[in-house]
Amino acid sequence: MARNVRDVLDQEYLVARAKILELAAILDRLDRANGEAAEDPRYGLLRQGMELLQQKEDGRAERVQLLFSRPYQATWRDEFGV
Amino acid sequence: MQYFDPHIHMVSRTTDDYETLARMGCVGMSEPAFWAGFDRGSVESFRDYFRQLTDFEPKRAKQFGIQHFTWLCINAKEAENVELSREVIAMIPEFIDKPNVIGIGEIGLNKNTRNEVTIFKEHVDLAVQYDLPILIHTPHLEDKYQGTRMILDVLCSDSRVKRDMVLVDHVEEHTIGLVLEAGFWAGMTMYPVSKCTPERAADMIEKYGTERLMANSAGDWGPSKPTAVPDLIMVMRKRGHSEATIRKIVYDNPLTFFAKSRNFKFTPRE
Ligand SMILES: [Zn+2]
Repeated sequence: MARNVRDVLDQEYLVARAKILELAAILDRLDRANGEAAEDPRYGLLRQGMELLQQKEDGRAERVQLLFSRPYQATWRDEFGV
Repeated sequence: MQYFDPHIHMVSRTTDDYETLARMGCVGMSEPAFWAGFDRGSVESFRDYFRQLTDFEPKRAKQFGIQHFTWLCINAKEAENVELSREVIAMIPEFIDKPNVIGIGEIGLNKNTRNEVTIFKEHVDLAVQYDLPILIHTPHLEDKYQGTRMILDVLCSDSRVKRDMVLVDHVEEHTIGLVLEAGFWAGMTMYPVSKCTPERAADMIEKYGTERLMANSAGDWGPSKPTAVPDLIMVMRKRGHSEATIRKIVYDNPLTFFAKSRNFKFTPRE
């Protein structure tokens, strides 16, 4: 079951527009705040997240999730001794 | 549409919520044991909690024509206290034959620590010993990916574990594929803020299909919406999914999975 692009946009355009606006306002809010946002690693993650949205390939949601995830180490059981 | 919520913490909800869920088509639910919002001090506190889950909640649900099932464990957050956890695990068999107990859960990891892993494995031992299904809690936010992989490492290296008797909950875009490809059941937990939404759950259904997949509301004491499953039904309808596809996710799949428990006796509506 695949829908038309037009149907998806009919349902999602205003939703996406509102979300982009929220992000823009949050970035403006950060600019007005005292201190340097760039010094906080969370700001860097947000910027990287926004860059990921520009990618053309499917799987953006998964890649955004992985960006905000702690890395997995296959050797964890050796470290835990289990 | 009739639906089954496979993961909802009704001890945190009012009787009005039971009525609302019944009006929306909820005919059955399963309630895993979880964290109360504070660390409990003794095994007696868990004994009372298990009485609530196996005696009081099924009666409260029945008033509204809802069949209530439950899972027992000490959750991952309190598993940091290994001594208390072992006392609780030793006490669980007292309740295992209660008519609404279907398995061990929600067990798993929270901050992915060594103590959590130790107690997780001891719960798996208990489930294997009594041949019961397992319901898995995966961590939230930045700990989810690492924790889910660690949980799958433990389960996949244990040849006693029957994968089709394990439901891994709170899957999101970066963990659902790992869980389904390994042969487990997967549950998507929909929250109003910060985690998976009904819209994204519908996306995952479109991407991964309907096999071994279900959806739940958590409905706990934090920000959560007990009617999240009806919300998903609405989203799927709006996108043009067939009633049969929707029913498979919200009714058929939960019933097929829960039927793996010898205690699951569900009476469908006429
Ligand atoms: Zn839960």
